Amino acid sequence: MNNNAIRLLKPLVFLFCLLPVAALVRQAQQGNLGADPVAHITHFTGNWAMYMLLLSLAITPVRRISSKLAWLIRFRRMLGLYAFFYATLHLATYVFLFSGFDIAGAFSNLRIHDFHGIAEQWRAVWPVMVTDIQKRRFIQVGLLAWFILFLLAITSPQWVMRKMGGKPWQTLHRSVYAAAVLAVIHFAWTLKKGNLEWWKDGLVLAILLGLRILWSLQKRFAQGRPKVAVSR
Amino acid sequence: SNKLPTVQSQYTVPEAPTPKQKAITYNNFYEYGTGKSDPSHYAKNLRTRPWTISIEGKVQKPLTFDIDQLAGYRPLEDRTYRFRCVEAWSMVIPWVGYSLSELIKACNPLPSAKYVQFLSLDDHKQQPERPDSYDWPYSEGLRMDEAMHPLTLLTFGAYGETLENQQGAPVRIIVPWKYGFKSAKSIVKIRFLDKQPPTTWNDQAPSEYGFYSNVNPNHSHPRWSQSQERHIDAALFPRTIKTLPFNGYADQVASLYNGMDLNKNF
Repeated sequence: MNNNAIRLLKPLVFLFCLLPVAALVRQAQQGNLGADPVAHITHFTGNWAMYMLLLSLAITPVRRISSKLAWLIRFRRMLGLYAFFYATLHLATYVFLFSGFDIAGAFSNLRIHDFHGIAEQWRAVWPVMVTDIQKRRFIQVGLLAWFILFLLAITSPQWVMRKMGGKPWQTLHRSVYAAAVLAVIHFAWTLKKGNLEWWKDGLVLAILLGLRILWSLQKRFAQGRPKVAVSR
Repeated sequence: SNKLPTVQSQYTVPEAPTPKQKAITYNNFYEYGTGKSDPSHYAKNLRTRPWTISIEGKVQKPLTFDIDQLAGYRPLEDRTYRFRCVEAWSMVIPWVGYSLSELIKACNPLPSAKYVQFLSLDDHKQQPERPDSYDWPYSEGLRMDEAMHPLTLLTFGAYGETLENQQGAPVRIIVPWKYGFKSAKSIVKIRFLDKQPPTTWNDQAPSEYGFYSNVNPNHSHPRWSQSQERHIDAALFPRTIKTLPFNGYADQVASLYNGMDLNKNF
């Protein structure tokens, strides 16, 4: 694929990745968010964060299928940033809806510039979130996964990479695997015991991670003994 | 579903019912899938006639009731109850039925009967979406005095009509002061026992789902606080409201647990 085609495709992919948000807004307008909209939005944004993350991780293995697919790399950063985007929506849903924060009240307070009222509403839900962070391991791993994605997002521009140097940047960005593993654990731990809904995401991640491990082992064997041992 | 003839009840709470459409599309009924809307799609496979409920265990003699015979045994009452799920959401549902105590008396349990166990329909053919990771049939249980409490409802309908399949048709239990999973659905067998029966969720994760599972804002689930709940009503977005001890039924039922440590016996 040539540069022009990629330049055309990029905005299309960008808009495509926003379709889930459009779908959610449409559902809200039509009153189609189901009986428990807060739970629905939480699951919806969490799922899409996971799908985007897995998609971004799939780019490298898919490229290896054929050299004709090398251009896919040009979309990896966008998918990764979308994973962060949906993870942030997911986190915001937890903070502003799931926590019990009175968001309708906050908006009406905002309209009359009653910031004291908003602070009161915030104070009412803050202790619940503090307890969650202190006590609930699924919240802890989820928050850690989000924080990793946050670090990767803020270091994603080209100039940051140049500033950091290729090697340290790459090392940092390998932590995307940790984020993905944590995300699957987070999902599995939110479910009731015996509910194995997480297995599809887990399987895809296991395949994507397994391929990498396999290739790095192959590389080592192809080079004979491990490099470190030879140089010593 | 068909209209049911009902009479008024003194046990109704004066709260606006959750719209029926929401109540029948948001259900935990794992025999028909783990998603909240799964039961509304897959429970249509459930055949509710013919249906019998067998009575076993510590009774003078085992019995079998036909569902229609049972539904006509006592006047059906309209009882609007608060319903609190262990997952921290709640609804208000106008159930139709009569006190379970009426049936228990008709079963002539022996003095040694201290617990009642409810077993749900276990038929993989009618429940193709059922996950294999659980030990079916679904089992729930109550202490005898809980089962005899007038609030404990043998439930045949809701919203003035027979139960929708996804609500646990044709007959279920409703224990309004306990988390929803204690209220067994699609019951085919009732056993009277001298010991506490094994129950499905308690077996799965004893640290998360106690045998009693009384609604208790002061006892957190390991994964979330139980101090508040998303109240599902007619509004697009549910309000978050404070959870009440025994789901607001403390005056009627708290005395059942006198002297018990409710944090230990959660």
